[in-house]
Amino acid sequence: MPNRNNVWANIDWITVSIYLAMMFIGWINIYAAVYNEEHKSIFDFSQQYGKQLIWILAAIFIATLMINIDSKFFVAFSFPIYVIILLLLALVPFIGTEINGAKSWIQIGNFLLQPSEFMKMATSLAIARYISSYNFKMHSYKSLLTLAGIIFIPVGLIFLQNDTGSAIVFGVFLLVLYREGLNGIVLFFSFLIALVFIFTMVLDPFVTVLVLTIVAFLINYLIRKKTKRNLIGMGIFAAIYGIFWLINFLVQGNIDPLFFLLTAAVLSSTIFFLWAMLLRKRSLALLIGIYLGSVLFAVSVDHVFDNIMEPHQRARINELLGIQSDLHGAGYHVNQSKIAIGSGGFFGKGFLQGTQTKFDFVPEQSTDFIFCTVGEEWGFLGTTLVIALFMGLLMRLIYLAERNRSKFSRVYGYCVATILFFHFAINIGMTIGLAPVIGIPLPFFSYGGSSLWSFTLLLFVFVRLDASRFEQLSY
Amino acid sequence: MDTFSKRKYIIAGIMLGIAAIFVLRLFTIQITNKTYKQFATRNVLRKVITFPARGLIYDRNNELMVYNKAAYDLLVVPREVKPFDTLSLCNIVQLDKKDLIDALNKAKQFSRYKPSIVAGQISPDIYAPLQEKLYKYPGFFVQSRTLREYPSKSAAQVLGFVGEVNQSLIEKDNYYRSGDYIGVTGLEKAYENELRGIKGVNNYMVDVHNRIKGKYNDGISDTTAVLGQNLLTGLHAEVQAYAELLMTNKRGAIVAIEPATGEILVMVSAPSYDPNLLVGRQRSVNYGLLVSDSINKPMWNRAVIGTFPPGSTFKLVNALVALEEHAITPFDRFSCSGKGSSPIKCTHSHVSPIAMREAIRESCNSYFWNLFRSLISHSPTSAEGFEVWRSHVMKFGFGQKVGTELSSEVKGNIPEVAYYDKYFGQKKWTSMTIRSLSIGQGELLITPIQLANMAATIANRGYYITPHLVKAIQDTNRVYRELKYEKKLTGIDAEYYNIVIEGMQAVIEETRLSQSIRMDSVIICGKTGTVQNPHGADHSAFVAFAPKNNPKIAIAVFIQNAGFGATYAAPIAGLIMEKFLTDSISPKRKEIEQRMIETDLMNVIQVNK
Repeated sequence: MPNRNNVWANIDWITVSIYLAMMFIGWINIYAAVYNEEHKSIFDFSQQYGKQLIWILAAIFIATLMINIDSKFFVAFSFPIYVIILLLLALVPFIGTEINGAKSWIQIGNFLLQPSEFMKMATSLAIARYISSYNFKMHSYKSLLTLAGIIFIPVGLIFLQNDTGSAIVFGVFLLVLYREGLNGIVLFFSFLIALVFIFTMVLDPFVTVLVLTIVAFLINYLIRKKTKRNLIGMGIFAAIYGIFWLINFLVQGNIDPLFFLLTAAVLSSTIFFLWAMLLRKRSLALLIGIYLGSVLFAVSVDHVFDNIMEPHQRARINELLGIQSDLHGAGYHVNQSKIAIGSGGFFGKGFLQGTQTKFDFVPEQSTDFIFCTVGEEWGFLGTTLVIALFMGLLMRLIYLAERNRSKFSRVYGYCVATILFFHFAINIGMTIGLAPVIGIPLPFFSYGGSSLWSFTLLLFVFVRLDASRFEQLSY
Repeated sequence: MDTFSKRKYIIAGIMLGIAAIFVLRLFTIQITNKTYKQFATRNVLRKVITFPARGLIYDRNNELMVYNKAAYDLLVVPREVKPFDTLSLCNIVQLDKKDLIDALNKAKQFSRYKPSIVAGQISPDIYAPLQEKLYKYPGFFVQSRTLREYPSKSAAQVLGFVGEVNQSLIEKDNYYRSGDYIGVTGLEKAYENELRGIKGVNNYMVDVHNRIKGKYNDGISDTTAVLGQNLLTGLHAEVQAYAELLMTNKRGAIVAIEPATGEILVMVSAPSYDPNLLVGRQRSVNYGLLVSDSINKPMWNRAVIGTFPPGSTFKLVNALVALEEHAITPFDRFSCSGKGSSPIKCTHSHVSPIAMREAIRESCNSYFWNLFRSLISHSPTSAEGFEVWRSHVMKFGFGQKVGTELSSEVKGNIPEVAYYDKYFGQKKWTSMTIRSLSIGQGELLITPIQLANMAATIANRGYYITPHLVKAIQDTNRVYRELKYEKKLTGIDAEYYNIVIEGMQAVIEETRLSQSIRMDSVIICGKTGTVQNPHGADHSAFVAFAPKNNPKIAIAVFIQNAGFGATYAAPIAGLIMEKFLTDSISPKRKEIEQRMIETDLMNVIQVNK
């Protein structure tokens, strides 16, 4: 029986151990990534590895501090903390310093702080606080709108500061909301939208619409097993397309065939929809609705991509989806990153033996691309170990969240787990060419005080909350 | 209890799913796929080639004829170039802005990662300021090279020149890389493999900016450059230069051979050029000018590619063949009616009838016609007689490449039976039909090197050593490797040579040549020739060797449009022999020397006869 009153006895030491292990491995790899013959000592404070040690020690101090704060403080002050950091974030455009094209840093003496990093923790607290309140009902408009407000106000501010990567992270709260009862359809649609988006980027919109149409007929067939009606439906669709195409052909018009396809999709959908309503076949009506929505989404995404997006944004998305394989242009970084990781083999080249990261072939090798050093010097063993550490931490966090009776702690715990997960997925994904090159750090590994401290705060507030799992936190 | 508790499995499932995808992906790129490892090596590996100094070329007295001087190439790796001040770089390198931009574009087309030459053969005085400022131009670097230098400015066509290797050769021979130098003509080409040495390779690891970070694999696979081997030639640089001086403003060729060894002492082709013109940055301009000079054709080595009928010099061979075949004896006399002689008139007036010694001295056409007729009719048929004559002639090295190292050498022509059969019909021709051969005219085509080789053969009384330029190669350990050359016999008895040589001595001592070339201390044996030229003034030919016993030099001089052999070709040969044998020119011949140097035969009016 644990001592209910001693905080230190109730801390989850597994989480703390994984946390310390990650920071240590990260530190060693930063040393290797920017290793410099002239500054051989890992304790050389003029170098990144020396500095990272200071950040780590400071992070441990912050962690200790968090554990010494009464957990009720976080519950009581979630909103004030949220508001304060939000204000700080709002001030950034006026008092901030610009680094790498993103004006998202505030300089205090020698330290650079990135309020958007801390916003993740503050928003998590606010979400946890709001969801755990008595009058919260997941599917009431008021609650959803409030939640949306809590999430999108910081997202909007961060977007304005050109820090797209950090802004996208907030999308992961969808998983938290799902856990707390948000209809699974929302998750499904988010997934569908992402899929259609990728399809539109990779393929021509004409082909995308055609594929969507075929898939819709296929699903209809699988649900209903009515061959004849399906064929009639396809006939109607083809006929509408054919008529328009023929007219265009006869008058020697110069209209994009995509237009006929869209007309056929809209007209036949309307016909089928009316028919479905008449026969009260709601699932068919829903399918048609989803189909039509996807088609319109695809076409508008294409329009936005071609006419509204900036060239560098287009290049990055193109790169991610493998549309452009220009290895010297946009794809250069990802290719070099893959070369570094791929050249590690099973056992890796050994500590300090990596050439690709050390000789700057990989960009940002100590921050966003730190995983490359792991891959090159420690090989497949190293990379799987890192992935295993993350999975261990995330699974542990979910377990901890679930064992807390306080809803506040649980929601907050999920926020922590999902934020860490998102960083993990995007960061490692981009180094191996499976995710877009969005500049977000690998938690506890990447070089940099601001991100390390914000992740430490994020995590240790939860460790502290979890240590109080036997207390009554709710008010 | 909250109703959505089970959703934790879905969330955990998504996380584990992504992790599984990552592990799978890492498995493929780190273990299954090997290409990333190759890419990684290619990324960091930079081969830095060290070019060995090309071998030197010495003359027979160990005097340098070709050596190296330092030069630098400016290279560029297009990928690393950052915007820079083109104009200031142009000023330093002394290059046109347009040329620089062209070179950069060409480099980009070749490769964005590999270095290309922007400006080649930069001299040391340009290199010094360039080296200081080079840091301002990322992507540019300098590579040291050696350039050829020709101290005596002579023997241009013999030594040849080096140039950048062309694309087709790069594809054939993987020793060469773009921008490498290779011997293009002359000895530079013939001994390319010996002269070039072996390139060294240093494998360095470089970072993304191509800055060297250290040796790759601790230098295990590095090789050091091996110096080129030196050539020791048989040329006599001083006499060579002197011979070229004598050929000022003349067209023609001179070849001198040391009979006992076959070593070529002198090989001149005039007009010539200063070999230093084809070195350095003005090379391409000068090369263009030399190649396009279709009147003087300075790049031609007439000594091995020029062909002409040998004229009277060839009477020596006919005499030897007739004696060997017992078609005549040295004492047989034939009469001559001078200009009234038939079927070939004799251009000289002398007593009649005469035997061989006098006939050689007087170069009597009537005598040699009769000798030739006796030779051909000595066999049952004309064709057989001709075949006997031809097989002897071929043994002197005529009608084939005599075998110098120079690949441009040509065969010349000694007609075959088939040729006359075709031209006149089988058995429809006799010695009368081909009588021009008796006096070295007609279908005969020989080169100056063949003619000199003939002189050497006579000097040797019956054999020659394949004429060659290089006698030994000095390897990198300074050890000499003597080259062996074949000895070829003519199959004609030495006794007959002595008879002919008596005639040759008489040519020098008993005609007006005694005024111009006879030396007090040395017995010279020679024979003039005047080559009929249907297009203008006759060509002047002369062969000789000296001393009569234990000959040191055999020489052939051929000068276009110079008239009688005795007028120019013989005095020039005499001066060269004197220079070679005594190291100086006697005062009494200074006047002749002066006249020879000053005579301009370049613009002799082309008379149509």
